[in-house]
Amino acid sequence: MLKSIYNWIDERLDVTPIWRDVADHEVPEHVNPAHHFSAFVYCFGGLTFFITVIQILSGMFLVFYYVPDIVNAYNSVDYLQHKVAFGVIVRGMHHWGASLVIVMMFLHTLRVFFTGSYKNPREMNWVVGMLIFFVMLGLGFTGYLLPWDNKAYFATQVGLQIADSVPFIGEYIKTFLQGGSIVGAQTLTRFFALHVFFLPAVLLGLLGAHFIMIRRQGISGPL
Amino acid sequence: MSEHKDHRVQQPTRANGGKREMTRRQFLGYTLGGTTAFLAAGPVLPMLRFAVDPLLQPASDSDWVRVVEESEITDEPKSFTFVVKQIDGWYESEPTLEAWIARGEDGKIFALNPTCKHLGCTVNWNSNPRFPNQYYCPCHDAHYTKEGKNLAVSPLPLDQYEVKIEGGFVYLGSLGPNQLVD
Repeated sequence: MLKSIYNWIDERLDVTPIWRDVADHEVPEHVNPAHHFSAFVYCFGGLTFFITVIQILSGMFLVFYYVPDIVNAYNSVDYLQHKVAFGVIVRGMHHWGASLVIVMMFLHTLRVFFTGSYKNPREMNWVVGMLIFFVMLGLGFTGYLLPWDNKAYFATQVGLQIADSVPFIGEYIKTFLQGGSIVGAQTLTRFFALHVFFLPAVLLGLLGAHFIMIRRQGISGPL
Repeated sequence: MSEHKDHRVQQPTRANGGKREMTRRQFLGYTLGGTTAFLAAGPVLPMLRFAVDPLLQPASDSDWVRVVEESEITDEPKSFTFVVKQIDGWYESEPTLEAWIARGEDGKIFALNPTCKHLGCTVNWNSNPRFPNQYYCPCHDAHYTKEGKNLAVSPLPLDQYEVKIEGGFVYLGSLGPNQLVD
């Protein structure tokens, strides 16, 4: 049944070469943990992507209940976590995944650094990877405010003070992020917009570039 | 880009006295597919259950609300408003609802909800000279009798509140389908 549906589409659109191109490629021996167990360090990039997918999915589901408004934000988070079935699991995935994605990304960066994989011809991919790192930190920073509890409020207060300390443009960065002169209603909607629309869009673009480059250039050779 | 190997799927052979045998590739395909599906179900099922939670909530019964003194009710329907407690997810409010209350031919008090059963506009008693002594909906000319029977446009009669008389006051309960007309 599925097979015949697939064949019907494939006859018309010739989709097989497209997914073969994406999914069907050699895994060199030196990066395959089945050959050398220590090659598990090559899994961190994939794990980062896997957790990113979980973050995107769980985030999409959280927005079924969340509202970015200073009166209702905390109550809606409280409601979705304690009253909605599996709320504690869905929010838990997003909460713990947020930390884990940073950890995995850091380990991936270390692996790339110590295997020297950033060197010619892969310098551009290193730079894109660094941009992904900063976008991820931005996602973590903006997402932290959204529950609108004390921890969120004061973490943002501190984060914006740090932004303020940038020479010359710090004040402008702070006002832009804060949306006014205090951390308040306008800050919350700004952070929400950045967290669910702008930063994920940038992230997906950068991830696309990251993956296209690694497929073009291949995985770096053994040490 | 990597070269593509030829993954031609072998047809299962009919060895072992006609018993269908599985190829290695099929076995691996099923095993890996099944494991992947099982692992994916871990995060996906909680998220789906989370999203469909409103579908699985039991309908809540409303409390009795005191609306008006019994002596104020006449044969002619009159509009009365009353306040109910409403819990909408994380938002609690006290919206004002409206009921048209009258005595029937048997003298029993009944209360109708003025939400038109056609598309949900609000009906009024005796508001259109073309339909005297009827409930009339300004949106699409739906009209109803005093008991809420649908005369035109609307597919159903007006909904009815449960009514309780206690200590000379009229109490209204939960809203349900009209029991006065067939």
